Amino acid sequence: MSPTAEPIVELEHVSKEFPVRQGVFARGRARVHAVEDVTLTVNRGETLGIVGESGCGKSTTARLMLRLIDPTAGTIRFEGHDISKLSHRQLRPMRREMQMIFQDPYASLNPRKTVEQIVGQPFAVHKVTSAREAKLRVHELLEVVGLAREHASRYPHEFSGGQRQRIGIARALALNPKLIVCDEPVSALDVSVQAQILNLLRSLQDEFNLTYVFISHDLSVMRQICSRIAVMYLGRVVELAESERIFEQPRHPYTAVLISAVPRLSVDGTRHERIVVGGDVPSPIDPPSGCVFHPRCPRARPGHCDTVEPVLEPTPGDASHIAACHYPLERWPVDGSELRYREDDQARVGVE
Amino acid sequence: MSEVVLDVRSLSVVFPTQTGDVRAVSDLSYTLHRGETLGIVGESGSGKSVSSLALMGLLNRNRARITGEAVLSGRDLLSLPSDQMRDVRGKDVAMIFQDPFACLHPMHRVGDQIAEAVTAHVKVSKSEANKRAVDLLDAVGIPNAKSRSRDYPHQFSGGMRQRAMIAMALVHNPSVLIADEPTTALDVTVQAQILKLIERVKDEFDIGVILITHDLGVIAETADTVLVMYAGRVMEVAPSRELFQAPQNPYTWGLLGSMPTIERRLDRLVAIEGSPPSMVAVPPGCAFNPRCPYRFARCTTELPELKDVEGGHADRCHLSDQSKREIWAATAAERLGATG
Repeated sequence: MSPTAEPIVELEHVSKEFPVRQGVFARGRARVHAVEDVTLTVNRGETLGIVGESGCGKSTTARLMLRLIDPTAGTIRFEGHDISKLSHRQLRPMRREMQMIFQDPYASLNPRKTVEQIVGQPFAVHKVTSAREAKLRVHELLEVVGLAREHASRYPHEFSGGQRQRIGIARALALNPKLIVCDEPVSALDVSVQAQILNLLRSLQDEFNLTYVFISHDLSVMRQICSRIAVMYLGRVVELAESERIFEQPRHPYTAVLISAVPRLSVDGTRHERIVVGGDVPSPIDPPSGCVFHPRCPRARPGHCDTVEPVLEPTPGDASHIAACHYPLERWPVDGSELRYREDDQARVGVE
Repeated sequence: MSEVVLDVRSLSVVFPTQTGDVRAVSDLSYTLHRGETLGIVGESGSGKSVSSLALMGLLNRNRARITGEAVLSGRDLLSLPSDQMRDVRGKDVAMIFQDPFACLHPMHRVGDQIAEAVTAHVKVSKSEANKRAVDLLDAVGIPNAKSRSRDYPHQFSGGMRQRAMIAMALVHNPSVLIADEPTTALDVTVQAQILKLIERVKDEFDIGVILITHDLGVIAETADTVLVMYAGRVMEVAPSRELFQAPQNPYTWGLLGSMPTIERRLDRLVAIEGSPPSMVAVPPGCAFNPRCPYRFARCTTELPELKDVEGGHADRCHLSDQSKREIWAATAAERLGATG
């Protein structure tokens, strides 16, 4: 996929903790380990997907990449420069290169500004063009994202969800950024409109040579747009590979569970057998010992998975495919004996 | 087929507003059998939720004009006076919603809230009601039901809250359960658990389930019969298998085409152009015509009838059966080409 793997963003052993107040007197004693020792590289021109359930740290990771929040530990590099300790003022020139598209097109546009003001705001903030030029550029951007220049004088409430998301995309494109972080950009949209936005994002990438970090909980969307995918669970990257490898040959049982849990349309009308995993995601305040997935994992072995935390290791024969599991899957799809189906809600330990 | 539990005939819901009448639901008819899951699928504004709120008597009659009938065990729900409707609601028909947190009172214990649902319809002692609550929590898979029933909603995870809502819905063994986007707010792994639970509950309690969702994948995995709605009308209705194998309506084709699939990477998603119409100004003729790639003159002036195709499969479209078959064959071939 990427002949010249040139990194644009690098995270090295990055962690982020948030203090939580527990009661009046125990102020700040507990900490949420939102992101735990994440090492991840985004290469120029690719779309790196970050997938996981709520609370897995995918949005925090993306915000760290843009240095919208400060890391607790580790190094963040943007185009080779260490940005982990820069001040806001020092960061400002780099902000032009990195933009973000948000999930909720209703909340992310100021209802009291016209489309022209919204899309033109980046020009004003970075003082890059004259007002006249900015106006022309706004019209151009609106056409690029499939709106008309007549829309410039309207307000956000006059638009549908899909059109608002287009406005958000136009704003992100304004300064010709190199990197765009898309945080669940289609989750709030109707299916018929989702496809329009995904197609638009794809064609913009080709046209402007963009690099995307694409965050979603929806694996079907991921498969359509990502070139590589990182699967996160409880703040950790548990598997990372080329997109097609993730779907064709998942190694981590959690990835397998996620893929299997997606309801799907079958061509012949048969229903596929889902692996239903019990329980909920544990609290990131007090993550389980050993492998964080072991209390829900159908392959976990007592005495090993609950004590020793696995590290990301390459797959034999494919160094770009890494997974953190003591007993990774060797075949896919699996039969019942390898990933035992269970319906009970209680955490069960021990297979074989 | 088994006994019909709910028979809806020409249900229409109109909200008069200053800018004109909003025809949220027009002429909706269906039957629901015991043990059947009826999936209602559509985009926002298609009327899928409003139709169910009307059945539950949850729409303000001063603000909505509701016509038609909905017969449940011999009684027409739409013409019941509100005090009698209160007797039916939660007892014969129960409903669960998208956001289980918004449906539970944050300051009352989960068990107490379920016990309250018990005493709302039958005269039993507090302790009996509590026992029923614990039994039901246990039945929907809450571990340590007895002690968890003393928890407050914030101590439950999203999935557990939805389980608690299902427990509450089951209190009086309803004959119909309406689930409005029950898994949309949940993570995929939890979604799988809840869908499984709804299916189990349907069989165990022998009830008819109406599942409202925008997700065709959820429909494909759970529904026996599917209603596809657009702009307040049924565009197509069919047994689930039929609908996915031989869909007849251009809107259904569009929905199927625009669904990102996890099975393979597509070169291009076939999006439906434009967006769903404003319900104040529904296009004349077939409401889908401005977005339909196959429209012709007749579509813009004349509303197509919902015509039977065969065996419970009906659709609303002016295209001839012949051209539908040809178009679908070509579309399916294109989309599925990669699988071989």
